[in-house]
Amino acid sequence: MVHTLSGRLRPTDLLEFHRLMVRTRVAEERVELLQKQGHPVGALYRSLGQEAGAVGAAMALRRRADGSGDVLAPSLRAAGAMFAFGATLEDYFRQYLGRSTGPTRGRESDLHWGDPERGILASVTPLGLMLEVMAGVALTFRLSDEDRVALVFHGDGATSTGAWHEGLSFAAAQRCPMVLVVEHNQFAFGTSTEKNTRLRSFTEKAEGYGIQAQEVDGTDVLQVLDAVHAAARRARMGEGVQMVELRYFRRRGHAQHDAQEYVDPAVLAEWEARDPVLRYRTWLLEQGHASEEMLAAVVAEETKDCEVAAERALAESVPQGSDALSEVTSDPSPLPPWTRRIPPDPRTV
Amino acid sequence: MNAARPEHLTKTLRGEPVTLLEAVSEALFEEMERDDRVFLMGEDIGVYGGAFKVTRGFLDHFGERRVIDTPIAEGGFTGAAAGAAHMGLRPVVEIQFMDFVSPAYDVITNYIATSRYRGAGPLPLVIRGPVGGGNRGGPFHSQNVEMAFFHTPGLKIVYPSTPYDAKGLLKSAIRDDDPVLFEEHKGLYRAPALREVLPDEDYVVPLGKARTVRQGTDVTIVTYGAMVHRSSDAAAILETEDGVSVEIVDLRTLLPLDDEAIVASVKRTGRLLVVHEDTRTGGIAGEIAMRVSEQAFEWLDAPMLRVTAIDAPVPYSGSLEDYFLPQVSDIVTAARYLAAY
Repeated sequence: MVHTLSGRLRPTDLLEFHRLMVRTRVAEERVELLQKQGHPVGALYRSLGQEAGAVGAAMALRRRADGSGDVLAPSLRAAGAMFAFGATLEDYFRQYLGRSTGPTRGRESDLHWGDPERGILASVTPLGLMLEVMAGVALTFRLSDEDRVALVFHGDGATSTGAWHEGLSFAAAQRCPMVLVVEHNQFAFGTSTEKNTRLRSFTEKAEGYGIQAQEVDGTDVLQVLDAVHAAARRARMGEGVQMVELRYFRRRGHAQHDAQEYVDPAVLAEWEARDPVLRYRTWLLEQGHASEEMLAAVVAEETKDCEVAAERALAESVPQGSDALSEVTSDPSPLPPWTRRIPPDPRTV
Repeated sequence: MNAARPEHLTKTLRGEPVTLLEAVSEALFEEMERDDRVFLMGEDIGVYGGAFKVTRGFLDHFGERRVIDTPIAEGGFTGAAAGAAHMGLRPVVEIQFMDFVSPAYDVITNYIATSRYRGAGPLPLVIRGPVGGGNRGGPFHSQNVEMAFFHTPGLKIVYPSTPYDAKGLLKSAIRDDDPVLFEEHKGLYRAPALREVLPDEDYVVPLGKARTVRQGTDVTIVTYGAMVHRSSDAAAILETEDGVSVEIVDLRTLLPLDDEAIVASVKRTGRLLVVHEDTRTGGIAGEIAMRVSEQAFEWLDAPMLRVTAIDAPVPYSGSLEDYFLPQVSDIVTAARYLAAY
């Protein structure tokens, strides 16, 4: 273990992984609570069961707050990666609640926001596009001889898209220093992976692009950390695109509307028994890195932090409707529609 | 890398006239010399020098970090341009024929055009390439693609008709902080009649400003690209044969549209004809007519009309393509009708 990153971590570092996974979970639970309370929150794509993948992968990278570190593009189930990169709970709740103070000023929803200085690029819904875009981020690092990597998360469903293929074709040919994380969580919306592909593992796809790939247990945060760290290291050394496939299970529906009736309860129970947070918690206790009290305190603190951040966001303003006119391009904002001007003047439509 | 400018890119320096294609090459070359953040990506642009040789000699001069031959993956490399722009570069991608931009439609409309608005940051990049018919290129080497993107807030669309404008507009596009789609009509690329001597200095033509090609009092023709020249031919005929005075407005930038120039001209003449090489339904003529209706209805003395390609894929065989495309005679007929209305 000494040759791996995890083998060199201090106890305080080890506890940080636990904290970030807990933060992810309680933050998502807080969004669910806000919705139950009647606040519009948009879509919530739970990462229950996938927290270790997001946290482990992001913690393997160089995290900086001045725009000089590695860059990641999260998927909609990689909130943990954003937190690991320093994304704040304040921004997290402002975004769900569509606040004017939020990172997209109410223009976008769920995890589609970024923090460029911290190395988080805002992702978009159409699948595969972030692979194309991150290929260009990584290309820039190579062209300018910067010792940085770009990491992109995509669910296994995205691997069927043309954009994923085109982005990877380009990135592989250009030897871009990129880590491609395939979140193999068994489902694309309501369709199982086995119906979407004949492959057993997405590392088989990697062969077709001439890139290296590794498959890891996505519920084991330190295994993910080591795999992504090694992949990032190879990418930094000029070995081009690296794929890491995370094997785990999406334990909630696609979003709130999906009751996941298509999932066998017995299978779900198996994966609940492999819960990444519980699993890591047990390991920390067994290894003597933490006490029950310490870990319970983390849950209490994170829960409180989420409550405070959510309350704060709720107290902040929603955008003026007319803000919808601004920042479409760099040109000055157009006039409001004439029917919105008082008094409406037909000669100045 | 060679320090000296390749011989074929020194025509303007030597005071010689250049074609529209050469003007595009000069603009790219000079912008790359001026700003080392500018770099090129596209299919066959490096070793081969581009399908139309727009970037001939660039690879030797600038090296393979700034002139990148890509796989045939328009979505992949256009998306990569967005990523590079995020990181502070100013990419210019060539789509070999603009007909092939469709795989990149997703990333252009969903990602690139929305980036600034989503708070993900401005994306200064240019997507350029040859468009247009008349070359017997058939359905996949002849299209005009502007209206596939015109409906996308966040983009700018430029379509020059002369070497002077092509050079000045492309420089503006590269320096602009927004993503720009830049269409170059391949029928104009090497047209001898368009060759002109360009200023031997750095100049730009601002985006969003139309140009009055000729002044007139009876009919306004709003047009762009290759149809500027067909409209000019028609105007000459109308003047000599009919005594009809035609004003021609070359849009130069389609998005944003220069309402001011269009409306001002229509208010002078009271008659509007829109001419575009693109197909009819959903063509830009509809949008222009609506804007004139909103802003200059009382000044109109006749219905607004349009001359366009017919609603069909671009056919290959000469007789078919000539029938498909707007001809000078179509423009003359329509303008005569308006003048007599």
